[in-house]
Amino acid sequence: MILPGYVIEKRLTPSSTAYVIIPILSIILALAAGAIFLELSGRNCFEIYSRMFSGAFGSRYGLSETVVKAIPLTLTGIGVALAFRMQLWNIGGEGQLYMGAFAATWVALTFPGGSGWWVLPTMVLLGMLAGGLWALIPAIPRAIWGVNEIITTLMLNYVAIFWVDYLVFGPWKDPNGFNFPMTAQFSPGAILPALGNSRIHAGLFFGLALTVIFYLIIYHTRWGYEIRVTGENPNSAHYAGMNSKRNIMLVMFFSGAICGLAGMSEVAGIAGRLQQGLSPGYGFTAIIIAWLSRLNPFAIVIVAFLFAGLQVGGYIVQTSGIPSSMVTMLQGLLLFFVLGGELLTNYTIKRMPANPSGDDMR
Amino acid sequence: MNQEILVAILATAVTAGTPILYAALGEILAERAGVLNLGVEGMMLAGAVSGFIFATKTSSPWTGLLIAMLAGGLLAAIHAFLTVTLKANQVVSGLALTMFGTGLSGYIGKSYVGMPLPVPFHKVSVPVLSDIPFIGPVLFNHDPMVYLSYILVPVLWFFIFRTRSGLHLRAVGENPAAADSMGINVFLTRYIYVIIGGMLAGMGGAYLSLHYVPSWMENITAGRGWIAVALVIFATWNPVNALWGSYFFGGIDALGFRLQTMNVTISPHFLKMLPYLFTVVVLVLVTKRNMLNRIGSPRALGLPYDREER
Amino acid sequence: MQETYLVELKNITKRFPGVTANDKVNFNVRKGEIHVLLGENGSGKSTLMSILSGLYRPDEGEIIVRGIKMVFRSPRNAISAGIGMVHQHFKLIDSFSVAENVILGDDRTAPVLNIKDVENNLAQLSARYGLDINPSSMVWQLSVGEKQRVEIVKMLYRGSQVLILDEPTAVLTPQEADKLFRNLREMAGTGRGIVVITHKLNEVMEIADRVTVLRRGKAVATLERGQFNRTDLAWLMVGQDVVLQNKKKSPPGQRKVLELKGVGCLNDLGRNCLQDVSFTVHQGEIFGIAGVAGNGQRELAEVIAGLRRATEGSIIVNGTDITGFSPRRVIDHGVALVPEDRLGTGLIPNMGAVDNLVLKDYRRREMSRGPFLNRRKAYEKVKQLVNRFEIKLSSLDAPVKLMSGGNLQRLLLAREITSNPKLLIAVYPVRGLDIKATEAVHNLLLEQRERGMAILLISEDLEEIFKLSDRIGVLCGGRITGIIPSEMTDIEEIGLLMMGGTGEMVL
Repeated sequence: MILPGYVIEKRLTPSSTAYVIIPILSIILALAAGAIFLELSGRNCFEIYSRMFSGAFGSRYGLSETVVKAIPLTLTGIGVALAFRMQLWNIGGEGQLYMGAFAATWVALTFPGGSGWWVLPTMVLLGMLAGGLWALIPAIPRAIWGVNEIITTLMLNYVAIFWVDYLVFGPWKDPNGFNFPMTAQFSPGAILPALGNSRIHAGLFFGLALTVIFYLIIYHTRWGYEIRVTGENPNSAHYAGMNSKRNIMLVMFFSGAICGLAGMSEVAGIAGRLQQGLSPGYGFTAIIIAWLSRLNPFAIVIVAFLFAGLQVGGYIVQTSGIPSSMVTMLQGLLLFFVLGGELLTNYTIKRMPANPSGDDMR
Repeated sequence: MNQEILVAILATAVTAGTPILYAALGEILAERAGVLNLGVEGMMLAGAVSGFIFATKTSSPWTGLLIAMLAGGLLAAIHAFLTVTLKANQVVSGLALTMFGTGLSGYIGKSYVGMPLPVPFHKVSVPVLSDIPFIGPVLFNHDPMVYLSYILVPVLWFFIFRTRSGLHLRAVGENPAAADSMGINVFLTRYIYVIIGGMLAGMGGAYLSLHYVPSWMENITAGRGWIAVALVIFATWNPVNALWGSYFFGGIDALGFRLQTMNVTISPHFLKMLPYLFTVVVLVLVTKRNMLNRIGSPRALGLPYDREER
Repeated sequence: MQETYLVELKNITKRFPGVTANDKVNFNVRKGEIHVLLGENGSGKSTLMSILSGLYRPDEGEIIVRGIKMVFRSPRNAISAGIGMVHQHFKLIDSFSVAENVILGDDRTAPVLNIKDVENNLAQLSARYGLDINPSSMVWQLSVGEKQRVEIVKMLYRGSQVLILDEPTAVLTPQEADKLFRNLREMAGTGRGIVVITHKLNEVMEIADRVTVLRRGKAVATLERGQFNRTDLAWLMVGQDVVLQNKKKSPPGQRKVLELKGVGCLNDLGRNCLQDVSFTVHQGEIFGIAGVAGNGQRELAEVIAGLRRATEGSIIVNGTDITGFSPRRVIDHGVALVPEDRLGTGLIPNMGAVDNLVLKDYRRREMSRGPFLNRRKAYEKVKQLVNRFEIKLSSLDAPVKLMSGGNLQRLLLAREITSNPKLLIAVYPVRGLDIKATEAVHNLLLEQRERGMAILLISEDLEEIFKLSDRIGVLCGGRITGIIPSEMTDIEEIGLLMMGGTGEMVL
């Protein structure tokens, strides 16, 4: 019961208009709730929102920055969505991204003069392998003993981040880097080609290609069918002779590998080096993106783009003293409204039948 | 290792473990009622920042603590509304709560970062008890919040396992349909314990900003909320076990800290990894053990309850 | 003057999305009577009683307790008004003791528990009504019959004047059912009103002082003892003449399709639950497994299907020892399973008919193109099956959870039968189905038998077992207590075996 006199009743079939309206309504409500916080701290919310919007989408530069941010968000979004499809809560996208970046950097630093054609493909492969193996660490105990993967994947984020910190503060620190926590610049052969003179790099291609591959695998292959069945009803999967243990490990491996690719494309596409604070939490934002998109790959691309805009807009207004944590707060709010909105998709709110006898309970 | 250092490490283990303990106790209550709340980290942060701000403004750590409880409880109420009333996915709602709490605390705490707290909780030695050799300095030379947790643990244990209300709490988490058919209000019960759980998480956060650090910085919890969630499994949903577990993790924290000051040539980054790595290892071992002993989570954990579900 | 009933339901209507479960139903209970509520599965009996016990709220209508109009907001209100319900699926907490279960939700319990006192009270209470239970044992250790007694004691402890039992004999041996009926008669003798929900006519004849018949949500008649007989009741319940056809059977073949030799396994709690189980099922034979639910039936089906590991013995299908095979290899060796839990295991509730029907053969060559699933082929197959098995669907992609029980079971059987198995295991295949759907499922099974399939039928309904089986094996406490050809035995003998008595082994 939410209001006296009203009851919530389950719908027989989810309302289809709600699928479209709810995300939009959620965004509006989240912005409205965020506005309350902005106003409470004495800021003009309209001004800030409009500056965020025009900063992210209003100029050529802003748009290209938004696309640049959308690349890792799409990749990690696809990565975690793959795991979510099987009800595997991979909260470790952030750590897998860092490990992918680490492995790719290892290739670039180990072959500094390497300008052969093989350097970038090796970085991609090793980056994916590292992300995948990092995800496999929690996947194995999950598959065998049912160890809660939410906690283990999350804990490994911290470990991966400290590992990269150790490298960029220690053995891999650029001796000519004025003591900044970062490695030396990669050689040109280890840097992803960019689009024209913008910062948009070939990682965009990875993101779009994986979107299509994700769609084909999930909806059109036998393996994808197994993933969907296992995610919906693990008992049925077992009963139908599917090897869930193997699938848990495979799915987590690829989920991590895709996040690892995001890490590779960040170091090889943007900075050209590994540095501290490589990701502003892409792996976490990916979770919201995947959920908001209802694990649909094409929706992930769109939502990732919008979230990238939110992030870029957040940077823009940071100059006028709005803390970057506002973006995180807005994301959390958005997820609340989306969750609440699902009620409208699957339930209707109905007036209670009148009680002829009133409230004469004794 | 001589005794002095050992005492120092163990005493630090207690203080380092206390914020985790509060949060874990809260999560035990929520999970006993069948609601998984992964928003512990967010609720702790909300508690830490609001406690710090109000302690600064009122010059009283106790007011700060009270406000921290309110903040934690308020956030938990959002989770309860989404998962109990609206039957939303508990995992995702918890994650949203953590994200919201992280963002909110960073946002409102921005101007307080690095400010020293004029009125932290101070150490108060317990007369007589603190004079017991070894045990005294380890256990009875702390701040009031540590002593409060000493009381809270047995009280909660007694409440959960020996009282009527505790029986109802467990019934709701094990089999809400059965509890409902016997006239227990499942929704109300879940609301109450999720909110109390949030208040305890808020206290855990406040402990960090009001005594342990004591000041405010972004992400002051650094994953302690998540360690608390893992600890609940380790503790098999029992407050007394949560006490040992918290001090164990506190001890690892303290050990890392201690090793750094002892000129051990391990990179501080590796020492910082320790609690997280231990959580993973312990969780794997404990899950295996629980499986062998057939100790499970509350049966209805994570499942929404719908009376007319057919 | 109008008679005052213990409780009276007037014009109760309750709608669920898509169905009207109760349509202006009137029902009442007198002091000291046993009132049977008769109806087919799905006729709305349980819904009506859930309204009376405060679990559901009616959309329309009144509840009157001893002449006073009442509104039940929750079971708490109903319990304090003296109405207690024993649900078909027990509402007990397995990890609690009997005493802890009984005092749940009771305001009279002291804030700090004193379990010893409660246990003493319970021991007295249960002794008074001849319901023997041990208040300190844990519920998960109890047999089904004991759990039912706990449910009854629970309601007596709360002072119920009206006791509702939903399909109470479904889980009992015939002898246990007799004992329950004697207990109920004793309770009615103390002035309580007893309501028994059932779809079994013989139970009505045996115990009813009055009977109310529900059909498709409507109360079609309320009759006093002496005013009803079996035929009338059957007609009232179904609304049309029921022709129970018994198909002529060709004799079963001689070739052994399934052979179990000394099979044992553990249940989910890690305890021995099957021991030394041996039997064979031949080509073209239906082998029925009778027994009270919870005596190892589910585990038996799972162990043969490879879903559960056998700890001893061997399982041979068509001459191949399949012991220890993965579920997938067992399927490939021609074993099909219609599981007990249709929506929980057999089908994927949120997926459409197509995705559900390819569950077993999606990896076969004809369904695939390389690593891809051949959607076109899948659609063709599904359309064909939907026609052949008369499955009613709103669309091929609508989630199957919206389908009725009968249609779900047809869907499941269609998939399993068309995989052309050598052995079909059917666990409680008609549970929850109405008479027409039951007949359809039975005919399907008999058809497959005629075509030479070996069928292992596991059921708690002895009438079903007798109707379909060539031979009957009785499972009790995880052991086979007897194997008898169905024409050489009767319900009484099987009942004794179900309680663990030994019959002569006729093979």
